[in-house]
Parts: sequence; structure tokens; C-alpha cells
Amino acid sequence: MKKTFTLSVFTDNKAGLLHRVTTGFTKRSINIESLTVSESEVAGIHRYTIVVNLEEAQVKKLVTALEKQIEVHKAFYHGEENIVYQEIALYKIPSGVITHGGLAEKIVRQHGARMLAAEPEFTVIEKTGYQNEIEALYKELEPFRILEFVRSGRVAITKPMKELKEYLEELELAAGN
Amino acid sequence: MDTLTKTKSSAKAKKTVRMAGAAAVVQSLIAEGVDLMFGYPGGAIMPVYDELYKSQDKINHVLVRHEEGATHAAQGYARASGRVGVCIATSGPGATNLVTGIADAMIDSTPMVCITGQVPKHLLGSDAFQECDIIGITMPVTKWNYQITEAAEIPEIFAKAFYIAKSGRPGPVVIDITKNAQFDDLDFVYEKCTKVGSYVARPTVNQEQVEAAAELINEAKRPYILFGQGIILSGAEAELTDLVEKTGIPAAWTIMGLSAMPTDHPLNVGMLGMHGNYGPNIMTNECDVLIAIGMRFDDRVTGNLAKYAKQAKVIHIEIDPAEIDKNVKTEVAVLGDAKDVLKALLPLVNKNTHTDWHKRFKECDKLEYEKVIQKETEPTEGALTMGEAIRGVNELTNGDAIIVTDVGQHQMIACRYAHFNSTKSNITSGGLGTMGFCLPAAIGAKMGAPERDVIAVVGDGGIQMTIQELGVILQTGVNIKILLLNNEFLGMVRQWQQLFFDKRYASTEMVNPDFQLLAQAYGIKAKRVSERADLSDALKEMMEHEGSFFLEVMVGKENNVFPMVPSGAGVGDIRLE
Repeated sequence: MKKTFTLSVFTDNKAGLLHRVTTGFTKRSINIESLTVSESEVAGIHRYTIVVNLEEAQVKKLVTALEKQIEVHKAFYHGEENIVYQEIALYKIPSGVITHGGLAEKIVRQHGARMLAAEPEFTVIEKTGYQNEIEALYKELEPFRILEFVRSGRVAITKPMKELKEYLEELELAAGN
Repeated sequence: MDTLTKTKSSAKAKKTVRMAGAAAVVQSLIAEGVDLMFGYPGGAIMPVYDELYKSQDKINHVLVRHEEGATHAAQGYARASGRVGVCIATSGPGATNLVTGIADAMIDSTPMVCITGQVPKHLLGSDAFQECDIIGITMPVTKWNYQITEAAEIPEIFAKAFYIAKSGRPGPVVIDITKNAQFDDLDFVYEKCTKVGSYVARPTVNQEQVEAAAELINEAKRPYILFGQGIILSGAEAELTDLVEKTGIPAAWTIMGLSAMPTDHPLNVGMLGMHGNYGPNIMTNECDVLIAIGMRFDDRVTGNLAKYAKQAKVIHIEIDPAEIDKNVKTEVAVLGDAKDVLKALLPLVNKNTHTDWHKRFKECDKLEYEKVIQKETEPTEGALTMGEAIRGVNELTNGDAIIVTDVGQHQMIACRYAHFNSTKSNITSGGLGTMGFCLPAAIGAKMGAPERDVIAVVGDGGIQMTIQELGVILQTGVNIKILLLNNEFLGMVRQWQQLFFDKRYASTEMVNPDFQLLAQAYGIKAKRVSERADLSDALKEMMEHEGSFFLEVMVGKENNVFPMVPSGAGVGDIRLE
């Protein structure tokens, strides 16, 4: 059965690595639902957060294949129950609907969103949350005319307590053999 | 954690020498012990060629006739010698012509370093003349690749490249060097690489896993060993023989594992796979413990996975963690270099003979001999067969030659019937199935093992894909024996058309050139045989001839290779006719 899995892939920070990571998906014809790249808590190590819909057996193979790449230090996959995650969305709406009537403002407050920028012509609303929450706010703002909408990929923190640093130290020890 | 991203280095203490990047490339190669490489020059790699010219006494550069030939020659060299094969080409088309050989080396785990020239750094991304993103193109088919844009990077990247290509599960590495990096000066000092970041080349063998494997083996009633190229790559031939002899377990080889054990070893039961031997396939579904060593359960070995060894407990001894449970679920996985694991396993396994179990293989052998082998290798009437040509080769070489094959029917026949006495004697394109592999690979193999006879067994389709490499024979005088098994068809495709497409022979019949004239144009002695009575004398003449020889054997046009596990069928459904 297919499920949503979040991959955390830790790599060197080098040009071309994104391609090396994504070839692992292309080769297996696996669609990436979302992808976010950032620094990690370890200097020089980048973190790819990748969301996929796969069977567990497939995701397991994918992760070992990713780990095989020379510059990939460690890769993990987690089900929804083992991560804490968020996405961020920005909505651009005409400023008039905020100042006149105040309904949009009320909606924003109800959804735990906030006004990020207020310009004479437009207002940018920011919402951080789960995908369904972001979609719910979208539906409510839709009647006011959404001029522009963007949603980030998922960022996720994993629940297990073992630190990346420990994994990397173990690997470095094994690599020295 | 800074060390993670750097190669371990104590280079600071060493004295440096000022030189140009191109010279540093050549000095790096020399430092890695490279004395032979294959390539083709061009604009973006000319500074390196200029330095190669100056170092001819140290590195012999073999000029191929097409860059693909350079990759296959480097592969043949690597597989025959156990060293890293090196090839070099220019940017753009020179680089893209390497791709097939790189993909072949990747899937067959062949250590290879490919050097490509690149346009100067300031022109990158400008669609300059002969510019091509070879790093992007080769990303999915390399173990590692890297673009050097500064001269100072050269020694460290070359050291990494050779280490990565050779260590762990070997594979191809591409180093792309911009022209400015070849011209610019650097302070050269070379330090061999022994570690790259968190890359674990040789996993420490887990003793508990070895003990679990030994327990399964000792309790097994019908254990069965399958071995692949991992034995050859780790140099575990002696340990494998020791294991097999101590435990009495029948052992079958994959195509890539051919020659890791002598053919006539009594416990060697033969070849696995689609056109492998009958017993080894059938018994896969009869054994109780399946011990896979240095092999990857390729689909041509397993057939339909749903019908593959379902009754067996599987032990997988493998260096690449990504291969464990990839195709076949294991009971016990032992991660490690085959030699390390077998050394640890040997003292823990019990002596045994498994006589009754062996008898069942023998019964299958008898059936296969009667239904297939006799007809193929000892025919008395009808057109010549590929099998009798290979039998003739065996009689003359006694199994001592290196057999290089291309892809197709002749490959299956040669792999089934060629005799091997010693390791690294079978060189073929196993995983990728690259037609055109044979001729350049044979040239490379001979250069990698000059003391051995090298026989290139090739079909009329495959030889025409890289036939221009006859030019290398002309220019270098390398001595290889080309045995062309000519059925005037793309035989394997034709066989499938006959069996599965109602004999609709779509684009498989070949109108061929006069191969005799072609070979002679390249200064190679040639002969054609179409009569049974002339075959053994012709083979003898080929083997005894001083220098390369081209023997064309006209074989039955519509002969088929059997046994066969039809596509989608299980190994137990192997057909003898």
C-alpha cells in the first residue's frame, strides 16, 4: 500500500549534487511530491527533505540507493507518525478587501495566519501549517481574489533522538577501515 | 565534521613542484601506476595529449578509432588485469561517445577512470564549440564524477577518482577538466587517497551475521551456492573453492562469475540464468538454503521473481548494501567484501558431501546433454554450430585462454561451453548487453594480460558496431584471435521473433560485407570456414598464427540457443527445446 514518506537526505554541499540525488528518483520513475534543500545543524552538510508517495519496500530501496552515492552521507525515511513537519504558504490578495469590510482580516486571524506585508495595492498573508490547513485558508480567501499563491515544500524534524553527528561519526570510523 | 568533506591528507609535509595542469594530469596518472590508456584526442584535451607525448616512455597511449572503443578497451584491460582501466577523450562528441561504455562499466562494476576535456571555465554554459554537459549526462551512470575548473584541484581529484573507481563495489568515474585548468600552473604534490568522507568502501564483517549464515548452512539438507563477479573483484577465488570443497555444496556461476572457479571442478554445477544450464536453474527451486555470494539476482538470473526460490532460505553475501533485499528477500544478509566474509565463514561451516543432492544435478546434466549439449557441440550433420566452434577452441586452448564475447547467441553459447581454468578469463558485457563490446574489449584484455591468449568470440551484428577498431590491431600489432560466428542474422532477436512473434523477422537479417577482405584491408590474416571437415584445422591455424587472425565460421542461420527460461517465466519452467 502506498503511503506518504518523508526522506531526509544528508549530503556534501557541492554543485551538481541535486542532480545526483534526483537521478535516484528519475531512474526508478518515482515522482517527488515536494523537495526542500537547506543547511543542517552540522557545518558543511546539507539536508534534502523529500516527500514521496510510495510503498515502504520501494522507499527502503530508494533510500539505500541514495546512500550509495559517494557524497550522500546518510539518508532516512519516516512515516507521518515519526516526524514533526510544516509547510509555509504565501497568499497575495488585493488590499481593498482587507480595509473595506474586514472579513478577510477575520479569516486570517481565525486560521492562525498573519499579514506579512501590506502595500497600498496588495497584501501578503502568510500561513504555516499542514497542507490541509493551507488549502482550507486558500478556499476561504478565494472569493476575495487570490492574485498570487505559493506553497513551500515540507520541512520536517524527525522524532528519533539520535543526532546526525553521531551517525556521521560512526560512518567516518567505518570509512577509515 | 569538517574532515567529512575532505580527503584525508598529510600532503602539507611533502615538497611541491610547479607545473601546468596538463602535466599534473599525467603525473597523477603515473603516480597511480597507470602505464596504459586508451583514447582519442581533440581540441579541449590537447594540452594533456601534449604532456602524454612527452611521457611516452611512462604511459603508452593507444589510439582507438571511436571513443566508445576506448571505454570497452579500458574495460577489457581492467577485467583481464584487475587494475583500473583508463580512457581519455575530448569534450562534446568525444565525451558523449564514452557514455555507452561508462554505463556498461557501471552495471558490470568495472573500475574505470574516464578523463574528458571541457571548454574553458569562462565559456561554460555558453554553448561553446564542442561544449557538452558530460557531468550532467553521466551522473546516473557513474559511481562518481567531477568537473575540475581549477588546476590546483587536479592531484586531489585524481587520487579520489582512482580510489573510488577501485574500492568497494568498483565502477566508472568521470573527470571532466576545463581547458584553463589544463593550461594553468599549480604546485603539484600527489598523495594517494585512502578514504573519502563517509563512503564505506569495505564494511567490517559482522560476526553475528556470519554465525547466523554458518548455522543455516550447517543445518541445510540441500544447500546451493550461487556466485558472481564479486568473487573475482574481491580476489576470493581460493576462499570460494575452500568453502565449496569443505561443505560439499554444489556451486553455480552467473555469467559475470564465470572463471572464478575452474569449469571442470566437480562441485561446479554450471551456469545460471535464461540460457544457463538446466540443473542450476531447476535446482534453484529445489534447494532449502540458497547462498548467494557477490551476485545481484539480476532478472536474467532469476526469471519471474514470484516463482524464484520461494522454498529456500536465502543468505546473501554482498558488499553493496543497496543489493540486499533489492530483488530477493534474504533470511541472513552478510554485508562485506566476499573474501573477508568467506574467510570468516570457513572455520564455522561443517564438513559435508551432500552426495544425494549432487546426484540430482547430475541427472539434470544428463538430460541437458541428451537434449541440447550433444546436438550443439558434437553435431555430425547439418550446418556448422556455434557450439562445435567453441568446443574446437576448448580443445586447442585447454581452457587457458581469455574468452571475450559480444552480446547475443554467440555470447550465450560461448559462456555455456567455453572452458576456464583460471580466473579473469571471461570478459563479456553482462548487465548492459552492449553489442560492439567484444572487439575493443579483446584488444584491451590482451594489453592487460599480454602473456595470455585472447579470443574474441563475436557475432556478425556486434562486430560491425565497432569494426573500426581493427585499425588498432593494424597500428599496434596486438595479437588477438577473432572468431566470428556468422549466422547472417541478429540471431538472438531472430530467435525471439521465431518463438514469440510468429517468425516475423523484422529487421534481423543481415546483408554482410566480405569480412575476409575487410580484415585483410587492416593487414589481418583471415579465413572463412563453412564445412565441418575444415573447422578444426582452421581453428588450429588461427591459434598457431603469429599475430592477430580473423576466422569467420559460417553457422546455421536459424539455430537457437537452448535451454531457455522464457521471458516472464520462472527458473523452474526452463525449456530444453
